[in-house]
Amino acid sequence: MPEGKLVLITGRSTKQGTGISNGKYLAEYQEATTVLGLSQADMARHGLRDGDTVRLISRYGEATVKCRSEDLPDGMAFMAFGSTINQLVGDETYASGMPDTKGLEIELEKTPA
Amino acid sequence: MQVDNVVCAFCGCVCDDISVTIEDGRITQAKNACVLGKAWFLSHGQPSDRPAAMIDGQPASLDDAVDTAARLLAQARYPLIYGLSSTSCEAQRQAVALAEALGGCIDCCTSVCHGPSGMALQGIGEPTCTLGEVKNRADLIIYWGSNPGESHPRHMARYAVTPKGMFIPRGRKDRTVVLIDVRPTPSARAADLFLQVKPGKDFELLWSLRALVKGQAIEEAGLVGTGLTLAQLTDLAERMKRCKFGVLFVGQGLTQSRGKHLNTSAAFMLVRDLNSVTKFALVPMRGHGNVTGIDNVLGWQTGYPFGVNFSRGYPRFNPGEFTVVDVLSRNEADAALIVASDPVASLPRKAVRRLTEVPTIALDTHESETTRIAQVVFITATAGISAEGTIYRMDNVPLHLSNVLPSPHPSDEQVLGRILARVKELKPC
Repeated sequence: MPEGKLVLITGRSTKQGTGISNGKYLAEYQEATTVLGLSQADMARHGLRDGDTVRLISRYGEATVKCRSEDLPDGMAFMAFGSTINQLVGDETYASGMPDTKGLEIELEKTPA
Repeated sequence: MQVDNVVCAFCGCVCDDISVTIEDGRITQAKNACVLGKAWFLSHGQPSDRPAAMIDGQPASLDDAVDTAARLLAQARYPLIYGLSSTSCEAQRQAVALAEALGGCIDCCTSVCHGPSGMALQGIGEPTCTLGEVKNRADLIIYWGSNPGESHPRHMARYAVTPKGMFIPRGRKDRTVVLIDVRPTPSARAADLFLQVKPGKDFELLWSLRALVKGQAIEEAGLVGTGLTLAQLTDLAERMKRCKFGVLFVGQGLTQSRGKHLNTSAAFMLVRDLNSVTKFALVPMRGHGNVTGIDNVLGWQTGYPFGVNFSRGYPRFNPGEFTVVDVLSRNEADAALIVASDPVASLPRKAVRRLTEVPTIALDTHESETTRIAQVVFITATAGISAEGTIYRMDNVPLHLSNVLPSPHPSDEQVLGRILARVKELKPC
């Protein structure tokens, strides 16, 4: 993994799942799908604290989200499925029908509060 | 009023032991349901004040909405029908018939979830079993690329880990649970053995396991960068060979990562290989409640499980050509009918952009990101709460969806049936 880049993993989470039923425009779902998890070391490396805003950039697009410390390996970021994460996912499926939803390489920049 | 043995249609577990309490025309309790199921029953079991149909954001009659939807689809050259993972098989059948009548494409959430598992099934074959067999026989459970604690909260307690079975009398004590993932999820805490692998290295590990299961030596150097050592992999292979009845539950960690259908093909081949030394099965962890249903309906009606095209008057299947992300991103679809799904929230942005550029019709039980951009919207009765039908569990067992709370809204089956009838008037065969 090149210096400064992270591997982005997306997936389901409990609050994302309940939020689907309770309402995607309510705070529960919005918070679940717009907060990026990072390891403590990566948070420190980027000078971040829980709740800071960061800009994520992939080769397909970018998104601005909040971040927090989670139990993750260094170099890995996690965010739950939703329209925010899909700003970063490309449309190339390599003739499989399936886009690169997991294992996406991203850059991260701290943004002013 | 309490209704017992109601089927939950939220996730692929399709639990059929839910006790629903109905008071003053709303569901107030859902006993036995997990946190996801409870949210589903309680939120969908409320009276709705939304109009049954809308055209361009304004309330409309059902007749007008059906006619508008049918015209938009009939005049399109390459209409796409998509979604169908959270509705009944009866509605799914109408959608397939509609796709045929239109000469269009029909795809389902499978293509962005377990399509790669479907492709592996076609190429390799699926050595599988029911969840009942898992509960009663399985002494080794492996979750690979799956976080059931958050995606299928009752899977471990109801089927795979804790329940006592006919040949598993002590339940959890008679089972070994292995979880393989790139991060320590909440599910890892329930496992006897958690193996943390590096992202994008699943194929190499599955292929190496195949070699070890066949008694072939592999070198440690070949595993560098995978996250596991030869000792760990050898131990796993021995556990798999020694068990009496092993089950590999495959999640999106395999289907959505680098390799995709090659990952799942390697997993299917590994399980097939293991059956020369013991009994082993594979079950894909299907996400949405009835995504297995649409695979089955499309399968028995067209011969293919997803990504089907009727443009030539007969069904054709080709992932990458007729699948939703590709059809939308290449700007091929010129109209879309979205049923029981929210692709604006779940697809890559280039595919979503096309949905905002072409006439889009949406059927859903609630407002969603997709209904907000659709020209024609039908708010329909929730299958399993206010509409009867058939649902398929992740292990292909069909179950009955009940109507426990009558709704003023029509079902997906009824709306699709009416659109189909109108399309046939507009486009006689």
